[in-house]
Amino acid sequence: MMPFACTILAAAAAMALPQRGQAAPFVPQSGAEVLETLPRRDNAADAALRRERARLAAAPRDPALAAEAARRYIELGRASSDPRYFGYAQAVLAPWWSAATPPVPVLLMRATLLQSSHRFVEAIRDLDAVTRAEPGNAQAWLTLATVQVVRGEFGAAVRSCGRLSSLAGQLASTTCLANARAASGQLAASERLLALAFERSAPARAAQDASQAGLKLWALTLLGELAARRGDAALAEERFRQALALAPGDNYLLGAYADLLLDQGRQAEVQVLLRDHLHVDGLLLRHTIAAQVAPAKAIAIAELQARFDAANRRGDAIHQREQARFELQLRRNARLALKLALANWQIQKEPADLRILLEAALAANDPAAARPALAWRRQHGLEDGIIASLARKLGGGVI
Amino acid sequence: MSSLSSAARRLAALAFLALLRIASTAMAHKPSDSYLALNITTASRQQYVIDGRWDIALRDLDFAMGLDTDGDGKLTWDEIRSRHAEVAAYAMPRLGLAQGCRLHVTGQEIDRHTDGAYTVLMLQGGCNGTTFAIDYKLFADLDAQHRGMASVALDGITQSAVLGADHARFAVDSGEGRSWRQAYGYLRHGIWHIWTGYDHILFLLSLLLPAVLAQGWRPASADILRVVTAFTLAHSITLSLAALQVVSLPSRLVESAIAASVAIAALNNLWPLVQGRRWLAAFGFGLLHGFGFAGVLGDLGLPRRATALALAAFNIGVELGQLAIVAAFVPLAYAVRGTWAYRQLIVKGGSAAIAVLATVWLVERATV
Repeated sequence: MMPFACTILAAAAAMALPQRGQAAPFVPQSGAEVLETLPRRDNAADAALRRERARLAAAPRDPALAAEAARRYIELGRASSDPRYFGYAQAVLAPWWSAATPPVPVLLMRATLLQSSHRFVEAIRDLDAVTRAEPGNAQAWLTLATVQVVRGEFGAAVRSCGRLSSLAGQLASTTCLANARAASGQLAASERLLALAFERSAPARAAQDASQAGLKLWALTLLGELAARRGDAALAEERFRQALALAPGDNYLLGAYADLLLDQGRQAEVQVLLRDHLHVDGLLLRHTIAAQVAPAKAIAIAELQARFDAANRRGDAIHQREQARFELQLRRNARLALKLALANWQIQKEPADLRILLEAALAANDPAAARPALAWRRQHGLEDGIIASLARKLGGGVI
Repeated sequence: MSSLSSAARRLAALAFLALLRIASTAMAHKPSDSYLALNITTASRQQYVIDGRWDIALRDLDFAMGLDTDGDGKLTWDEIRSRHAEVAAYAMPRLGLAQGCRLHVTGQEIDRHTDGAYTVLMLQGGCNGTTFAIDYKLFADLDAQHRGMASVALDGITQSAVLGADHARFAVDSGEGRSWRQAYGYLRHGIWHIWTGYDHILFLLSLLLPAVLAQGWRPASADILRVVTAFTLAHSITLSLAALQVVSLPSRLVESAIAASVAIAALNNLWPLVQGRRWLAAFGFGLLHGFGFAGVLGDLGLPRRATALALAAFNIGVELGQLAIVAAFVPLAYAVRGTWAYRQLIVKGGSAAIAVLATVWLVERATV
């Protein structure tokens, strides 16, 4: 029964992918044929955005208006994993995009856009400028801390979270701290502290403001990830499910949960979990890794390849972690995977970045390539059960 | 391409929160791109002729000019084709064609890319003079991350560029620089052609297989040098004559004769007719292969100007590719030449296989 169900699901998924590759353009058969479905435009956020755009059109050099419109676009981009909105946001900030000292609200949005294109060094430069100008800007400290964690600058991140603690609520600062400390040798303690702060925080209610709900989602997702890294898969799953109840369509959460299931060999569940989210490359990647039926898998691999090709043609390099995983697990090209993973490691240093690097080095039978990253791991005391076992296999497994 | 950066996700927590469920489709999310493919040919010293296509995402056009007339979030073919004139009027000035060049839209169709449906502007036009340039401005005011993927082939040599706000200008120059770039392109074509032209490789191998069997390294290398030089000299002569249109032979005849030459060279290793003078065979048949190379050059669209340079570059490319094959094959073959496996399996067996394959080619080429 299960294989059969998988077949049906995989076939359905393959059909859901757009069929491309017509060598020549075509003329649609009927005038009523729907060629494109546009992002929804009848919701409140979109209406507010249109009003803002109208106001901005009257005063395009008003930094407060521009920063607000950019913030809304970034929000839309985040919620839908659709990078076109980041381009719209950047266009709104055009008068200040290359300026040395833009107004603070613009600077904060510029930093946010820079980090979303993985230009972390420039993002940190802008955020430093914001926190110098406005030491009470909680958003700037939080953004700075998360970028610092991604860069592996854990000490600096802990300091940024410390500045946040006097400006924001307990859950925000504890989550910020747990995020920074868990990567540097204090996993279990960070997890306990965060779990406690989460229990004590106000229960999520519909009436609560959006940022509190978002904070709870972040805390729960992080709690799930920390439990998974500690090796407690059952607790991790419980937390991911709890988080999914808050935000069923959150792409980051779906990716983290799918990874947990993949590590347990629960491919069929991954297929069900992700089947409505194949427009997001990272989720299509996991869905394809979980695919069992050869023809559907081949179609999905071709689709992923086309997406990576389209991104590479632009010169974008923000998806190297995903592409390394694609090459390693789907194309079985360990050398290329290792090359991508190493390039990615120069830019970001999250546990997932280390994991793909070690997996690729192992598959490519090139432990030397992983040596600097393993030394980094020892230096910072990064804890993660799967990474530890990979490190042992690579011969550098001092925990 | 969207990326699941956890930093991005985590940053969503405090201030940015809008967990909207966007209607899920299987189309990829990626930044906005358009795809411009132009084919420019030199019609005369003072004129270019251009044809090509420009693919622009319907979604982007809708954001810029509102194509969804009935506001239902779906773009139908009727909605799009009723606005074709406006789409062309919106897009074409933003291509920023240089003075002296003109392109007009001869029609619009639809094509699909990873992130959805695109309108395809079919383009035709030309330039007076031989300067082609664009100053790309599409969506520059709306989407700062929009890029134009330009692929422009000038007389068969393609140049690509990613155009956008920080890099808007793309020019095809007709001066020295262009000639050298073009020559480089032909050089690569030459290398590529010999590497992918199995008939040339197999012919060369058939001559080299027994060459290493001579007594000692010195006679062997002398023999190889003679064979390769003779082959090179011969095909250079006929390639030049054919490319400069001094001599012309029907391509079917040339291709069939090349196949026959491969078969004969291979059979000669099994039942030797020409032994000491393989270089003579290399020269004679090399004349034939040169006509084959010229056919390729013709298919590439050899430009009228810079012919000599392009021709030389293509020829040098062929030689380099050929030398690489010799350099890879000879030391290996020399090392194992004394073994039974080499003498029997590789020389005899390999030659027999080449002869069979070449005969198949001969039949195919002669009868098609």
